[in-house]
Amino acid sequence: MVAEAAAAVGPGLTRYAWVVAVLPFVSAPLILFFGRRTPGRGWIYGVASVGAGFVLSLGILWHFVQGGGPTASSVSWFQVGPFTVELGQYVDGLTAVMFIVVTGVSLCVHVYSIGYMHGDARFTWFYVVLSLFTGAMLDVVVSDNLFQLLVGWEVMGVCSYLLIGHWWEEKVNSDAAIKAFITTRTGDVPFLFGIFALVFATGFTTSNIQQIGEMSAAGEMSSALMIGAALLLFGGTIGKSAQFPLYVWLPDAMAGPTPVSALIHAATMVAAGVYMVARLFEVFIHADPLVLTVVSVIGAITLLLAAFLALVQDDIKRVLAYSTISQLAYMVAALGLGEAGYAPAMFHLFTHAFFKALLFLGAGSVIHAVHSNYMSDMGGLRTSMRTTYVTYVIGSLALAGIFPLSGFFSKDELLVAAYHDKTYWLLIVLLLGAVITAFYTMRMLVLTFGGEYRGHEHPHESPRSMTGPLVALAAATVFVGWLGFGPTNAPFFDWVFIGHPEDVSFVAWIAIVSTIAAVGGLALGYVTYVKQPAREPLTRLGPVYTLLENKYYLDDFYLNGIVYPIRDRLSAGVNWFNRSILDGIVHLFALTTRGLAAVVNLFDRGVIDGVVNGAGEGAEEAGGFLRYVQSGNVQGYAAILLGLGIIGVIVVAIIYVK
Amino acid sequence: MSGWDKSAITIATFLPVAGAVVIAVMPKEKDRLIRWLGVLFTGAAMVVAIAIAIGFDYGGHSGLQFELDTSWISAIGARYHVGIDGISLPLYVLTFVLTFLCAIYTTRYVPEPGRTKAFLGLMLLLETGMAGTFIAFDLVLFFVFWELVLVPMYFLIGIWGSANREYASIKFFLYTVFGSVFMLLGFLGMYFRSDISNAPGLQHSFDIVQLQAFGGAGGFSHGFQLVVFAAVALGFAVKVPMWPFHTWLPDAHTEAPTIGSVLLAGIMLKMGTYGFIRIALPVLPYGAQKFAPWIGLLAAIAIVYAALACLAQKDLKRLIAFSSVGHMGFVMLGIATLTTIGIQAAIFGMVAHGVITGMLFFCVGSIYDRYHTREIADIGGGMMQNVPKLAGIFAFVSIASLGLPGLAGFWGEVMALLSSFNPASGQNVGLFRGFMVAGGIGTILTAGYFLWMLQRVNLGVLPERWKEHRFSDMLAVEWWAWMPLLVGILVLGLYPKIVFGTSSEAVTALLHAVGVGG
Repeated sequence: MVAEAAAAVGPGLTRYAWVVAVLPFVSAPLILFFGRRTPGRGWIYGVASVGAGFVLSLGILWHFVQGGGPTASSVSWFQVGPFTVELGQYVDGLTAVMFIVVTGVSLCVHVYSIGYMHGDARFTWFYVVLSLFTGAMLDVVVSDNLFQLLVGWEVMGVCSYLLIGHWWEEKVNSDAAIKAFITTRTGDVPFLFGIFALVFATGFTTSNIQQIGEMSAAGEMSSALMIGAALLLFGGTIGKSAQFPLYVWLPDAMAGPTPVSALIHAATMVAAGVYMVARLFEVFIHADPLVLTVVSVIGAITLLLAAFLALVQDDIKRVLAYSTISQLAYMVAALGLGEAGYAPAMFHLFTHAFFKALLFLGAGSVIHAVHSNYMSDMGGLRTSMRTTYVTYVIGSLALAGIFPLSGFFSKDELLVAAYHDKTYWLLIVLLLGAVITAFYTMRMLVLTFGGEYRGHEHPHESPRSMTGPLVALAAATVFVGWLGFGPTNAPFFDWVFIGHPEDVSFVAWIAIVSTIAAVGGLALGYVTYVKQPAREPLTRLGPVYTLLENKYYLDDFYLNGIVYPIRDRLSAGVNWFNRSILDGIVHLFALTTRGLAAVVNLFDRGVIDGVVNGAGEGAEEAGGFLRYVQSGNVQGYAAILLGLGIIGVIVVAIIYVK
Repeated sequence: MSGWDKSAITIATFLPVAGAVVIAVMPKEKDRLIRWLGVLFTGAAMVVAIAIAIGFDYGGHSGLQFELDTSWISAIGARYHVGIDGISLPLYVLTFVLTFLCAIYTTRYVPEPGRTKAFLGLMLLLETGMAGTFIAFDLVLFFVFWELVLVPMYFLIGIWGSANREYASIKFFLYTVFGSVFMLLGFLGMYFRSDISNAPGLQHSFDIVQLQAFGGAGGFSHGFQLVVFAAVALGFAVKVPMWPFHTWLPDAHTEAPTIGSVLLAGIMLKMGTYGFIRIALPVLPYGAQKFAPWIGLLAAIAIVYAALACLAQKDLKRLIAFSSVGHMGFVMLGIATLTTIGIQAAIFGMVAHGVITGMLFFCVGSIYDRYHTREIADIGGGMMQNVPKLAGIFAFVSIASLGLPGLAGFWGEVMALLSSFNPASGQNVGLFRGFMVAGGIGTILTAGYFLWMLQRVNLGVLPERWKEHRFSDMLAVEWWAWMPLLVGILVLGLYPKIVFGTSSEAVTALLHAVGVGG
């Protein structure tokens, strides 16, 4: 039926999906080379390209709203050996939805940054990298093959590095940038090997994602290879989407400008890891069930670990960062449910992108006003920043999962998926996560906007260019949830599905339980923080609080157990080995030859040519290799060549005689 | 065959020698003129090389093109046999481009103690030697070009190098001579054991094409192949340099003048890897198969070892030099797999490393020219505040070198790793996947040392001691000399077909002929 509809609809604008991805790659060099000479210092190119991309994305989504089917096209990029790599696009409902997320949030961030980054010394450069990032992410989304995806994947990583370290005068920022790059690359290496495994499994015929998916589904790949490939690929998700044990980079990444945190470290790049699993879902579900269990368990662990850490942060952006890790973990855990979790996970990715971008941009607006990231410098902002306050509450309630905001719908679908799949342990974890999420969300709200102002600046509402995107994202947060609501036919689930679209069921008691969890968490948070306690109430947890404050000592372990030993001690050991052992052998060889040279020299002087004046040669012998090699010691070369020549003649003789 | 087809590569290869002669007869007071003569001759040679690349038949032609085979030293049967195929062409063109850019750079920078005439003359001789190595199809001719490279580089380091130049130049010279002696012995062994009685008058041959045919058909006994492969491999390995024969390289690079380092890293190292592909593999296929795991092992060690060593370096130039050892490790890993993907990856890696690391040495040279120090701690950060354009270019090239997809450094390394996932049949798959994992770890460490280097050099606040110095940012001569390389880094990354497409036919034919294709 879907196929018939697709035939009736025709490819529509999906043919031009690649244009959406190419536009930012055009604007990036434009900003780089002409930005400074342009009024507004270059943002106009970025806003124009992403804005045009957003409009085109809406057109592409329209194709799927009408019931159109996926389209694909590609051209050959290059060939190496028997293996051809293509440049191509694959556009289905998931692509279209991701396009809306990426271009929509990116557009908001582009506009917002006009105000937020105003007066920044590297304003123009900021827009260059923002464009480049957007293009790279869109490439990941639209790519029909693994190598093209990998290019976008890594370019996003480097853009993330550049933007986290945007204010590189401070070492702490560049440290965070390096940490992000290296940590994610640690996941990218297994990811790369996973790609190799899949390409190998196709017999080096293709890296096309759809073909690989079909081959997996048809059982044309060996099971061991698929298990290996899926687990290795998931390494990429662990790095990029900040899952345990590699999530440590994301909180530090908050060192970047806040719009960057909203776009890259909340809405889009970090979701790429989740998206990649969804894109290659055929591989994951047709490999051993063990793989999906690993995915779920990693998601569940991350979900709780990060949610707990969000409880004890004073930096508002770090609360949001841990919250992001935790919400990404919801998606990962749901993907681990297999087909049942696919569409709900994507729906949560979709809603989360809007409300988390909203929260980050709201936090940015607050930070812009009070010149501090710390909630201990905030408080009472509900009166001085009305728009920020109202939109922030909307975002927060969505995050907590309150009806009728988008987070409620998507979280509900996740719970229903776990329930239908009879994975009750995960259902409990998801619900527990919901309580904690609601609690820290309320804590953040109360400490930021409640009580009296504790800072020293005079906070005022941000300019229109910043509040405008807040309102837009708040509107999205209010409305997009309905796209996945069972009783409204859940159009989202007709766009994004694996296999065939399912009727989205609405389980009343789960909705009620999840609402109780959310409201309970919010109420608990409100009661705990409403009086703006001077001392953090959670310190009463004693050692547990200490453990949380030290981030489970995971960062310490990485630094003191891995990074510093390699960077300082192992490297020094290698350097010593190089100088003392390897070069020592070379020098010893030289010294031996020099001894030989002395003998030859003696022979030369005494027997053949007594006329040669060898005075002073003896003194030189004490000077080591360096002295030996000083110019003029022609006998030395002669001796070496003679010695080697003799060896050579012997070798040739052996060869020739044999 | 027109005269152009027969003579083009000879003209390009020897134009620099003509330039050297012209420069030699110039009065040394005409310093400016001499510098521009250097640009003129390297430029003319490059134009011819590019004309060759344009005239090259890329489609379905795996044999030699622009071939010339004529008698040379008939007493020993050595012939002047030159030609070019898809394996040679990228390296050949790169040689001319890089040397031309070095000549442009030299119009402003002639290192202490001056003596422009000698400096440029040697550089031109070096160019002929390097270019000749990539087109020689006779072992004696190959050896002559190979050794021709040695002498100018020895003097470039020994005369125009920095403080410790004598040690470095002699170490470089002796180490390489040590390797070449074994290589020469290997060549002699090949000659005496070859049997081409179908050719009139001669029984033995130095001709690489004939030796390939003979060796590929199993003409050499297994025991012979093992011994001779070891000998020639040692010669090539020193040049690459492969671990543990690499210790001359950091010293040579650290002491060499900028353009010496650029050409050393950019071209000379590739002579070694090229030797493996052109001579060792096809002539001695059995030896190659037996030694492949060992080459792979040394390559994997080199990747990790060099990255670790880089973390410990305090001198910027020494750091880049060690990074070369790691990058050449990826090239050797690709070769060791004995697959078309691996060898194509190796060729790509050679070109990419030539462009990127050549460019890195240019950057370090220009940084030194301003700061008069290469110590990372002395530079002390903040270069982005001081000379933002130079620092930005340095960052761009460093990021290319750590293997960012979309830039040149990526494809050679990723395809080398892909090939070690699935080495040629007969090789131990588990072992090569182990090398692949080591390579993967190497890429993480590589990212680590480059980003750490950038943090300590580029980022942070400019130290007080440099604030009083007004350094000039990018000079016109630097833009001219570097722009082609910067564009090349981008183009190779976005359109890798330029190299993969060129080398494809020749590599496939090469492996097919020796029966290890796959």
